This record gives sequence, structure tokens and C-alpha cells, in this order.
Amino acid sequence: MAQSLDRLKESPSQTAGPYVHIGLTPNFCGIGGVYASDLGATMVNDKTKGERIGLRIRVLDGTGTPLKDALIEIWQADADGLYNSPVELRGAADPNFFGWGRCPTDMDTGLCTFETIKPGQVPFRDGSLMAPHITLWIVARGINLGLHTRLYFSDEEKANAGDAILARIEHRIRVPTLIAERQGDIYVFDVHLQGEKETVFFDS
Amino acid sequence: MPAESGLNRRPETGAFFQRDRTWHPPALTPNYKTSVLRSPQKAPLAFDNTLSEITGPVFGHAMLGELDADLIHNFAGPGESAIGERIIVYGRVLDERGVGVPGALLEFWQANAGGRYRHKKDGYLAPLDPNFGGCGRAISSDDGGYAFRTVKPGPYPWPNGPNDWRPSHIHFSVFGHGFAQRLITQMYFEGDPLIWQCPIARGIPDKSAVETLIAALDMQATIPFDARAYKFDIVLRGRRSSLFENRLEGN
Repeated sequence: MAQSLDRLKESPSQTAGPYVHIGLTPNFCGIGGVYASDLGATMVNDKTKGERIGLRIRVLDGTGTPLKDALIEIWQADADGLYNSPVELRGAADPNFFGWGRCPTDMDTGLCTFETIKPGQVPFRDGSLMAPHITLWIVARGINLGLHTRLYFSDEEKANAGDAILARIEHRIRVPTLIAERQGDIYVFDVHLQGEKETVFFDS
Repeated sequence: MPAESGLNRRPETGAFFQRDRTWHPPALTPNYKTSVLRSPQKAPLAFDNTLSEITGPVFGHAMLGELDADLIHNFAGPGESAIGERIIVYGRVLDERGVGVPGALLEFWQANAGGRYRHKKDGYLAPLDPNFGGCGRAISSDDGGYAFRTVKPGPYPWPNGPNDWRPSHIHFSVFGHGFAQRLITQMYFEGDPLIWQCPIARGIPDKSAVETLIAALDMQATIPFDARAYKFDIVLRGRRSSLFENRLEGN
């Protein structure tokens, strides 16, 4: 016998279930007066630096049906590629950009919309620049462990070509599953949970 | 906490320990029917954390309202309170190294004492409690501690099998210091026989892992003639020291 490492195990995940809105966006589901507003509902203000963009995201099940009870959180760098986090040691991020947002999918359409800014580039571990991207975390009834993936931008072809994470995708045919399509100042992104177009999810 | 104050002198920037995905429920748990069409089937892309996973939002104590951690009163009318077994839930947010995680935002939601959620999708015949909303939140203290007051949620039937009942449970959403630590789970109650019949709880392969989600009745922390107490610790992913890594991000 060797010494014990004295490590704990991570608490196992359980599904967010169908009533996730009660806990995370109570105002959205009609529980008013407990919190002034739902956390993560607004990401930008007049002083936020950067190009305003909209995201229209859907999450589709194995039959292609949009989920109407999912919840998406996003996390991204500011316009200069800095995260608003104490762990960010490269400089101070834009004080007018928190970088985190939360949105439940619409109960009728399944559509999730974020008003945010285009993030700057963030270095990979080797110092090379990753393409601009937004981290997504998706929970819902039927999802046992929150799903982690990224949204990249269709009009960043050159940066995408040099991105260290996209480069790791063995089956190149799957790379477009992570790239949102620009339509005006809106980016449209469908997350496929299953099937031929299954989104590349991350274990990181 | 001398060990922790040492670690806290400057923010930790190491990557998180690899997640043990065999400890979590797999994506596909066919006895929990909704997972069948919502479970990814392809292998996830593995990579060591980048800055995008190591960083994460931090929520200050200033955002909290006075009654955020009191579900008995935070939706109740003046002078009213929620109906049910009064309980205090307390514990610590730790990481896999066993150190407390301060400043973690915890959000809770649950059914009322009759097993009914305040949600338009819940049509269970147990009545709504006009004085119970079902949500609360807290931010962990310097040693990772948190506590809230609520009523014990009731078990309820759900449309999975013809006669499936969820054990009494409280949903927990937790933020650590990095977005890769993000976790949603459920807290169960000591002694509830429904836990071992539940397709969601039993989606976790290892019985000892399920047991880490069962809060212990703590009569020492109970307030006499007021509320019983349950202790529930939550463990988030640990993180490596970046001391000996020569490719520090951004340098």
C-alpha cells in the first residue's frame, strides 16, 4: 500500500430536469419578486466595447425537434480577448462586459437569443491565438451531464483555419458543426444532440 | 485556514483535473427515457483546459437579497410562510483536493411540500402553496460554507414509467472558479427508499457515487422547536498547480 492521495470525487451530475427555469431564470417562468432580474439576461450596456452581435441558437434532439425546455449559458472574452475573471492575469477586461450570459430556450419556438459582442482572440496553451469563439454549456431534461462546446464564427475563416481546438477534430466533416452562420449582424447556430450533424462536444 | 490562505495569495490558474466521466451518469440512460433522443452518441473531443475553460465568471455577495437563502419566506406574503417540514440545508463547496471553494454561487430549486412545482408544465394534482416559489441562492463563504432554509420537498409522480416517482430532492446549480467546474446536480434525503427506484438517480453507475448525493440528517445542527438540519457537501473538479508548468498561458 502506498500513501493515500486524499482526493475527493467530484459530485456526480444529475439532469437539470424540466423545471430548471424555477431555479435559474425564475422571472422567465412567472416567479416574480424573488430576484430583481434573471441572472445573465443582459450582457452589454452602452459603454461595452466591441461589435454588437446577436446569437440565435437552437438545440435539436435526435429527431430534429428543437428542445423547448433547455437552458444555455455562454462564456466569452471581451473585444480585446480578455476574460472578466480573477484568473485572467494578462490584463484587466472591459469593466462593462461581464462575459457570461444565460438564456432559456423559448417554450414555443425553442429559440435562444443572446445580445453580446464579438469576442477577441484568446491564446491557446502554446501561445498561438485561438479563433474568436464563445463557450457554450447546455443543460436540459434528458441531459445527464451539462454539454460543453464552442461557437465559432463563419466570417473568421482565416482565424478558424489556425485554431488549435478546431485542428484537433479528426473527422473534418464535423468542423462546421461548431461554426455559426452570419446573417447580417446575427449568427445562427444549431446544436444537434445526435445524428449525422451531431455537434462536436468537449471533454475538457 | 492557513493552507487555503496560502493558496489564495494569488489566483490559481492551473487547469482542472480530468473529469472522471465513469463516475457521472452516462449520456444515454435508457431507463430515463428522455435521455434516449437527447444523448450525444459520438465521442467527445478531449483536450486540456485552455483559458476559456480555466476562467469563469465570479458573482459578488452584493448581488444577494436578504431573503435569497430563505425559501420559506422569499415568495411568501407579509407575515406568511411556506407550508411543510421546516429544514436547514447546509454544507461546504469543496474541490477534489478537499479545499473549500469560496465565492461559489449556488442556486437551488425544488417542488413544494406536496411535490408540486410552480411551473406551467407541472400539472400534478397536489396544490400549489401560495407562499412558496421554490428558488433560492447563496454564495459560499471563505471556507466554502453555505446554508439555506426551506421546506422539505415532497416526492412526485412523473411521466417516465407508468408509475415512476421521483424521490424528494433539491436541484443544485454550482459555479466554481472556472467555467469547466460548472455543475448541476440533485440532493436527496437520507433514508428515502425512492432513491433506489429512481431511473435518474440510478443512471449513476456506482452506488457509492449516488450516496454522495444523499444529505445526512444532522440533529446537532437542528434548531429545537424550529427546523431540522441536513448536511450536504458538494465537490467540484480540483485544479493542478501551475508551478511546474513551463507553458503558462499567455506568457
